[in-house]
Amino acid sequence: MVKIVFIDHGGAQRTVNAKVGGSVMQAAVSNGVPGIDADCGGSCSCATCHVFVNEAWRSVVGEVNPTEDAMLSMSADRKENSRLSCQIKVTEELDGFIVTTPEFQY
Amino acid sequence: MSESEIVSRSRQSKWSMVGKDPNTMLLADVDLSHPGIWQANEFLPFLDRLRREEPVHYCRDSAVGPYWSVLKYKDIMQVDTSPHIYSSEPTIGIVDTIAEFNLPSFISMDPPKHDAQRLVVQGVVAPANLKNLEPLIRQRVCTILDALPAGEEIDWVQHVSIELTTQMLATLFDFPFEDRYKLTHWSDVATAISGGGIVQSQAERWSAIEECLAYFTRLWNERIKLPPASDLVSMLAHGAATRHMSPMEYLGNIILLIVGGNDTTRNSISGGVLALNENPAEYAKLRSDVSVIPNMVSEIIRWQTPLAYMRRTAKVDTVLRDKHIKAGDKVVMWYASGNRDEEVIPRANEFWIDRPNARQHLSFGFGLHRCMGNRLAEMQLRIVWEEIMQRFHHIEVVGEPERIYSSFVKGYSKLPVVIHRS
Repeated sequence: MVKIVFIDHGGAQRTVNAKVGGSVMQAAVSNGVPGIDADCGGSCSCATCHVFVNEAWRSVVGEVNPTEDAMLSMSADRKENSRLSCQIKVTEELDGFIVTTPEFQY
Repeated sequence: MSESEIVSRSRQSKWSMVGKDPNTMLLADVDLSHPGIWQANEFLPFLDRLRREEPVHYCRDSAVGPYWSVLKYKDIMQVDTSPHIYSSEPTIGIVDTIAEFNLPSFISMDPPKHDAQRLVVQGVVAPANLKNLEPLIRQRVCTILDALPAGEEIDWVQHVSIELTTQMLATLFDFPFEDRYKLTHWSDVATAISGGGIVQSQAERWSAIEECLAYFTRLWNERIKLPPASDLVSMLAHGAATRHMSPMEYLGNIILLIVGGNDTTRNSISGGVLALNENPAEYAKLRSDVSVIPNMVSEIIRWQTPLAYMRRTAKVDTVLRDKHIKAGDKVVMWYASGNRDEEVIPRANEFWIDRPNARQHLSFGFGLHRCMGNRLAEMQLRIVWEEIMQRFHHIEVVGEPERIYSSFVKGYSKLPVVIHRS
């Protein structure tokens, strides 16, 4: 288990325990973190688990993959640090990982 | 082959499916594209059997030619998320586009053109904009519901489902409110099969489509001179990716948005009333706890599946399960089947308003073409049910619903009800 911090649009912070090997999206959904819809259940095909990665962590989680890039391109509020949380795998290195959730999931 | 020829062919006994026994007929002869089995509400046993026995099925002979059917949830997901293998071009309907009826729109485009055009208009249905629309939608829902007579038979489709979705469309297009019934007519015509009851001929359809183009061209010309606004016509007229569209492309996108925002929500509004009547225990559950409404809305959209399928065309030779699909083959994803796949959705043929994971259904599709208006649709349905439960104890279905003659638009032309107030 590692800790992941979700900060919502209003600034409220929630720290959850995430299972190594799962996805950041799964950690959010199984801990009832609001603001992550994950309609497709983790198949990178709905863009409703959008998060903004804290700057300090961007190099740790790596780059968006091509499918993710295509899905994110349909998000009006996409930023440089946008990711789909179903595509971020939880590893030991991610202990303390911080993301912000957008106001709305499209 | 013209469309009226297709219709007359599909009515011929050779291609007729109505009345056939789904459990004994030859698998090779099953033709899900036949509108008759959808209108007669006989499709479910065919879907169930194909999922069990031949989940990727080839129909080699039908009124619309040969095509593949994809029946399982996970296979549909795979096809829908592989646009490099399964193209949305040239069309997403099972009937090949007829040259003289070629209306391009982003639903039948692949990236990158699809992405650029869709981005222009999706802002109008983005959640931030919906929040602004919610009070107006609620007010219009209340006005419609308050005007309904109690204790006498009315047609729910005409009085509520059509009226409400038409008003919403007029709002999104900033379309002259007094002319809003034209939108419903154009939507019906665009998806109608000639001879199916709405239009009798291709010429009749074209004259309606031309009227639609003329009307929207006038709106475009008015709005291009005004500063950019948040209605769909203004967005198209001012958007960098859409301002130089050809008239046919403009019309194609307008019709896409009309149909997308009309038939689908309309039939889900009707379908919810029917589903609750067929499942009185669920209706009782709803009465005892209206907080279930958002979840019920997803369940209604799954149960109804207002668009039964989307078609793709294989770009390359490929393999799905054990089937070899050739480049150029039609591949039809039957959402109406995937939504009943017990491997992913437990008790899938049951209507279950507090179903866990109700959001995970295929009705909106997945991948790049996932329904743009899904949040608007959910919001409309949520408001409708919140306001219905404020007012009515029971919307009682008092006669057989009439269903649409289409394998694409899965819906109702009539639903007789009597309203019992609280």
